[in-house]
Parts: sequence; structure tokens; C-alpha cells
Amino acid sequence: MIPLEHYLYISAALFSLGVFGVLTRRNAVNVLMSIELIFNSANINLVAFSRFVEGALGGQVFALLVIVIAACEAAVALAIVMSLYRVMKNVNLDEAAELKG
Amino acid sequence: MESMASAAIFYGVAALVLGSALYVVVGKNLVHSAFALVAAFFGVAVFYVYLGADFLAGAQVLIYVGGILTLLLFGVMLTNQIYNLNLRSGAIQVVPGALSAGLVFALLVWIIQSVDWGAMDAGDPGPTSESIGRLLVGDYLLPFEIASVLLLIALMGAAMLVRRRGSGSS
Repeated sequence: MIPLEHYLYISAALFSLGVFGVLTRRNAVNVLMSIELIFNSANINLVAFSRFVEGALGGQVFALLVIVIAACEAAVALAIVMSLYRVMKNVNLDEAAELKG
Repeated sequence: MESMASAAIFYGVAALVLGSALYVVVGKNLVHSAFALVAAFFGVAVFYVYLGADFLAGAQVLIYVGGILTLLLFGVMLTNQIYNLNLRSGAIQVVPGALSAGLVFALLVWIIQSVDWGAMDAGDPGPTSESIGRLLVGDYLLPFEIASVLLLIALMGAAMLVRRRGSGSS
């Protein structure tokens, strides 16, 4: 069987890729995709720990709730991106600096 | 022999997930990034199958691939001029971003290596749908209800945010 550490390494790599995407992408929708990668890496950890700890199915319930929150986040964030697009005519995050002092 | 093949498939899927994730964060074309994200989500569903979480694997495919990804694709299409055929996403502050992400990864790997997890494989738990259902309306009833209210509020808020000002009846 696959040891627990390998799931953790994969999840850590996925998380770091997501962080890299959030920090470097200009397009707001692409930043959202990177955030979804981070959600997925956290979920892998939750499910892996729930498998490797005896009788801890709560981890899977937690992962299910994370999926629900991710759906909420995607809906609200895309609504905000649409509003931003209506004002700015593009969704480049580095140009959305109207409130900068 | 069978476990060898199973391990080989696992590491193949791991490579697929990390490769697609890399394409999502460095790829130039937004639509290609979205489809690479499909591959990554499917790979994560395969991990859930390996972990014996059959219900979660189904939920992952249904909600992420069927729901969230469709939403993201609509987001890509609606936030670009329709005649703009090359949907590009540039990159900013690549070097500081790579440094920070590398530092985060190094820190995580260091933590994973330095902790003695002492974890034993608890074995395949069998079908989990029934137990998850019982937990959701038993021990985890309050989080479940809060999540449903949050989902309702989030969808109403999203509809409010994208409504054009003045076109509503109010």
C-alpha cells in the first residue's frame, strides 16, 4: 500500500503550485483556479489522515464540507470578477488599483 | 504483483496531477488551463478511490468537474471580449512567487520528514456512503446546517452582485 507520507508529499507539492499560481498570475479567473488547487491539496490531507487513523471517518465529512465551501467561494468570487470586468473591461489584478493611496 | 501495478498506477496519476497543476499555473492559454484543471481534479478523485473514500470520489467528480469547472469556464468566457480569440494570462512577480512557493514547499517537506507519523493503514473501510450520511445528520448536524445556509447565502449574494444596476424591479 501507499504510505501516508507519499500522500502528504503530493499534497504539499500541489499546495505549493497553488501558492505559486496565486502569487504570479495576472488573470483573476486563473488565480481562482490556483485557489481550487489549494483546496484540493487540503482535501487530500484530510482524507489521507481519515484513512490512516482508525475509525476517523470525520475527516471525510470535513472534506465534503470543504467541497461545499469551495463551491460557494467559486460562485461569489466569479460574481466579484464579473463586477470587476464591468468596471475595468479586463480582469488583470495588477491593474485593479483604483483604491491605492 | 497486483500491488506493484496498483502502486505504478498511483504514481502515474500523481505525476498527471502535478503536471496538470503545473500547467494550470504556468500555461499561457486560459481555456487550456481550465482543461488541465479537469485532469487534476480527476486525478485527485483517483486518490480518493485509493484511500477508500468512494462517496467523496463521486462527489469530487460531480461537484468539481461538473459544477465548479463549468462555472470557471463561464468566468473565462464572460470576462473576455468575444472577438478576443487568444485568451492569455500573463505572469507578474515570477521570481518572488517562485521563491515563496519553494520556501513553503521546503517547509512542508521538512515538517513531514521530521514528524514520526506512526500511522498504520487502517484497512479498506468498505462502502462509506451510509456512515457519512449518518455522521452528517448525527455528530456533524450543526456544520451540515451551517454549510447549507452558507451555500444559500453565497448563491443569493452572487446573484445580487452580478445583477445590473437599475434593471431590476426594485
